[in-house]
Amino acid sequence: MRNTQRSQKIAFFFLFLATLLIVVPVGLIVVIIIQKGLPAINWQFLSDIPRQGMRAGGIFPAIIGTFYLVFGAIVFALPIGLLAAIYLSEYAKDNLLNRIIKLAIVNLAGVPSVVYGLFGLALFVVFLKFGASILSGSLTLGIMILPIIITTSREALESVPQSFREVSLSLGASKWQTIRHIVLPNAIPGILTGTILGLGRAAGETAPILFTVAAFYLPRLPKSIFDQAMALPYHLYVISTQVPNVDEKVRYGTALVLLFLVLFMNLVAIIIRYNFRKKKKW
Amino acid sequence: MVKFNAKNLNIWFGQIHALKGVNIEVEANEILSIIGPSNSGKTSFLRMLNRLNDLHPGFKMSGWLEFDQEDTRRIDIEVLRKKVGMVFALPLPLPLSIFENIAYGVKMHGEKKHQKISAIVEHSLKQAYLWDEVKDRLNISAFKLSGGQQQRLCIARTLAVEPEVILFDEPCSGLDPISTAKVEEAMLKLKKDYTIVLVTNNVKQAARVGDRTAFFLSGELVELDKTEKIFTAPVDQRTDGYIRGKFG
Repeated sequence: MRNTQRSQKIAFFFLFLATLLIVVPVGLIVVIIIQKGLPAINWQFLSDIPRQGMRAGGIFPAIIGTFYLVFGAIVFALPIGLLAAIYLSEYAKDNLLNRIIKLAIVNLAGVPSVVYGLFGLALFVVFLKFGASILSGSLTLGIMILPIIITTSREALESVPQSFREVSLSLGASKWQTIRHIVLPNAIPGILTGTILGLGRAAGETAPILFTVAAFYLPRLPKSIFDQAMALPYHLYVISTQVPNVDEKVRYGTALVLLFLVLFMNLVAIIIRYNFRKKKKW
Repeated sequence: MVKFNAKNLNIWFGQIHALKGVNIEVEANEILSIIGPSNSGKTSFLRMLNRLNDLHPGFKMSGWLEFDQEDTRRIDIEVLRKKVGMVFALPLPLPLSIFENIAYGVKMHGEKKHQKISAIVEHSLKQAYLWDEVKDRLNISAFKLSGGQQQRLCIARTLAVEPEVILFDEPCSGLDPISTAKVEEAMLKLKKDYTIVLVTNNVKQAARVGDRTAFFLSGELVELDKTEKIFTAPVDQRTDGYIRGKFG
């Protein structure tokens, strides 16, 4: 008896330790970035264009650029991803073709982001002649986050109990009505989780935007979706490695803004999700 | 009048032969009870009547099944399911309010006027003897009701789309005796206007409410007769054994 108790305590200890090991690096990253970056944050930093070869001034164009890119990626990827997920979970029969499609989507999630960058360059920038532009960058980021959105949306749709579908169909509702009025509303929290994940990934990636949109230095705001734009992750890369003598606090300040922007967008999605969950009645 | 007519009906789920050459006529305005042990095919038969078996990936059928003298495979599936409602074994409210649960089917069939929908909701809840218990809280979640109330809500929801037949799939298996009595009472009153097919694991329930009773065993219809006859002088030995509780 005492032996079981002891092994249980040991197991708990290691489980707790593993969990702690996850929290510690995350906490450290946040603390270090805040500590080193906070002194750089002021109104000018957030609202001004970069000056003196990006060593002074602000990062406003990069903030706006990242915002546009993430927004564009979601606008493109969410509808397509959701429709594909509905097809796969509700309509697709279990045959070879559909199994290949599902496998392809899973594998797409594992493709390195720089490959998406090259793909975006070849397809959007060169072949479709969108040039290096917000449109090309958004579409490239959108394709990158599609598998995340499809996979999580599919799981969300499939987790809606089969019995709800049977009840709805047994009342004479059509399959589409059942999906539209019963399945989809109950899957929204899960779909939003996928969107949150995609959003964070799109905001933080450098490689896909490198060839498709990101401007090294562009001290003005983009005027249309066919303009190039600065973006936070690429700007961070540039001032950290390409431009000499940039003050450390400017680099960490940029990182802090990027981190905060992602957290802020996540927070908005989490609040929306929370409101849907509250309405959920089972 | 014959509502349903099954002739030499065979069905398969993948390799499993679930119904074997079943012949049954369901008369209008009767309660037909179907009894039998687990895996006897009674629920599979019931789910044939509103074609819910079609959802099963490996489903196949042969033989003939008519609803109002028309092949069920040739009737538009939404029309068939509107006319043939179903109450499931467990109370299965939709994740909506009480009001929206009842209104759901009505809305799906195109009714938009709120006044008309409200009237149907009230009427259906009264038919299922639930109105007095819920009339002041129609907007709360249906999941806040007790099990028995939820099952009567499901009956009301089925009634709201004005079916001709109601299929009950072991409707009282999760309910206490008092709730069961209320559901049975509702069934007996509904018989006047609807045809009822009741699948039940509870032999006594079949005896209480059924006009006729069918006994299924291993996918075959063993015996079908007037309920008194089945329970007093069954022809087949297996029927006799089952209702005396010798196996099951």
